Amino acid sequence: MSPARALALFALSGLVSLPAAADGHRYPVDNPAYRSECGSCHVPYPPALLPASSWDAVLAGLQDHFGTDATLEHAAAREIADFLRRNAGREPRTPAPQPMLRITGQRWFAREHDEIAPRVWNRPAVKSRANCGACHTGAEQGRYGEGELVVPK
Amino acid sequence: MPLSPNKSRAGVLAAMLLLLAAGRAAADTPADFARRFDAEARKLDPGQGDASAARGERFFKDPHGGEWSCSSCHTANPLQTGRHATTGKTIAPLAPAANAGRFTSPAKVEKWFRRNCKDVLSRECTPAEKGDVLAYLRSLQ
Repeated sequence: MSPARALALFALSGLVSLPAAADGHRYPVDNPAYRSECGSCHVPYPPALLPASSWDAVLAGLQDHFGTDATLEHAAAREIADFLRRNAGREPRTPAPQPMLRITGQRWFAREHDEIAPRVWNRPAVKSRANCGACHTGAEQGRYGEGELVVPK
Repeated sequence: MPLSPNKSRAGVLAAMLLLLAAGRAAADTPADFARRFDAEARKLDPGQGDASAARGERFFKDPHGGEWSCSSCHTANPLQTGRHATTGKTIAPLAPAANAGRFTSPAKVEKWFRRNCKDVLSRECTPAEKGDVLAYLRSLQ
């Protein structure tokens, strides 16, 4: 990547308020309860990719979590809530009327993926925008850097 | 007097064997769950409790009037790696012959039957249904 492009990307990332990643798009997803309870049906999404208000809303609605009952035992629920809040992203500057529940519904997500054509999203190996691991081969460990990006054919 | 290297090695080996035996005794096996489901089914209805792999296979592949069947995510061949029907995430094989970790933890078995039965049937499964599904999964080699 040229320095100019890097600089432009850096400036852009500030504008679209991409969640700050400590080290080249690496996010902590290493809480065992979070991984086992939340990382079975989908990759353990980085807590930093939604603000705490969104995670609270997600946890409050687990009995109908995108159409499935994902309710948690009390101890696991508390540990996961702590982990999510500790590592959550920044709250939006202008609070939404309803907390955003989908990482993929945020503006920065669309910008970051604007070069991905619909036919790529629709490939059987990708299937869903929620399937981070289809292209981000380090997603299971919270790594989303471009170096580990492999778009399936 | 210090132990000779041979003796101490034998001691370590014995300790390791003991640990292994303890580990085996503590972990549940698919057969343990099969017995438990049969007993629970019989308690509810003395005529039940004879799990059937054939009935389990039909149950597993039937959408039960809804959108999903068990095989929507676990595939029609549970020896293979599955895929979540919505998110596309890969799911390790469900049949114990292909995945030794399956049906070894009561908490996990209870949780996933509860969640996934609601996904497919919009209700929890009965002990007899769980027994049939497990009999089917154990029949796959």
